[in-house]
Amino acid sequence: MPQVKVIVTLKPTLLDAQGRVVKEALHSLGYTDVEQVRIGKYLELQVGSLEGDDRQALENRIREMCDRLLANPVTEDYRFEIEEVKV
Amino acid sequence: MTTATSTARRHRVRGAKPRFAIVQFPGSNCDQDAYFAVRDVFDCPVEYVWHAERTLKGFDVVILPGGFSYGDYLRAGAIARFAPIMEAVRRHAELGKPVLGICNGFQILCEAHLLPGALVRNIGCRFVCKYVTLRVENASTPFTSAYRVGQQVRIPVAHGEGRYVCSPETLEELNRQERILFRYAGPSENPNGSMDNIAGIANETFNVLGIMPHPERAVERLLGSTDGRGVFESLIATAVARA
Repeated sequence: MPQVKVIVTLKPTLLDAQGRVVKEALHSLGYTDVEQVRIGKYLELQVGSLEGDDRQALENRIREMCDRLLANPVTEDYRFEIEEVKV
Repeated sequence: MTTATSTARRHRVRGAKPRFAIVQFPGSNCDQDAYFAVRDVFDCPVEYVWHAERTLKGFDVVILPGGFSYGDYLRAGAIARFAPIMEAVRRHAELGKPVLGICNGFQILCEAHLLPGALVRNIGCRFVCKYVTLRVENASTPFTSAYRVGQQVRIPVAHGEGRYVCSPETLEELNRQERILFRYAGPSENPNGSMDNIAGIANETFNVLGIMPHPERAVERLLGSTDGRGVFESLIATAVARA
């Protein structure tokens, strides 16, 4: 069964308010070499393949899921990997 | 339930009164504020409409209230926009009838593409709950006709994700078409880092408004301000004029 790992990130042009706070916290712990922190989301989807589904069709479907729901195209970018998981 | 003991039944409307729908999502929490404002202060017919309903027939004005619909999971408004009622909200808007999205309602309208842009985490990372001063930028709309351009109003905000962002092209278009109806009155009043101090924007046909501050919480002197009344007075006046 394919497992899809989706990573959603804030667009580089957008200030990541949370990331900035985490960076400051790291600095206060002494990790002053950290120059930037950006926080995103990680989603794992177990996807049962549809009949006659090939890799391309699955990729298209995942892209559609990202565009419609998992990421907001105004503020976020996404990328994903598809892995075959043995059951 | 509390009974309506409001002393503010000053806004009795003669003639046609608009019928308001307050959409309730799981996690809405300003639905009652909106309901009581409409019923007790403005004496208009109002009903709650559950998010699983599919029609808004018979309603003149639809309010998407504040709160945390679906726990704000994924992104504020991201799940709510696919609720069954949202197709009816879209049709209502397409018919040119008013849709008012307050706070989480604004976030839902953006996610549903009924308004452009998006609302992201406040620049200070804090949930901000306080009065802010807004400036009315366009007073020729169904939501703002009771105000004057340049009028400053005190209306409370209560949100953690209210920083309005959009592309430079969209911002230019919003400005050119005068679709920014409310701005925070200067950077010191901007509680969240919104672009261009944007507090509320309308769609191209000016019948959909999304606003982060809560006009429904500023309708009785007891609450600290009555400056939010103008939004409801405008909606009611528009409906009466149309009838």
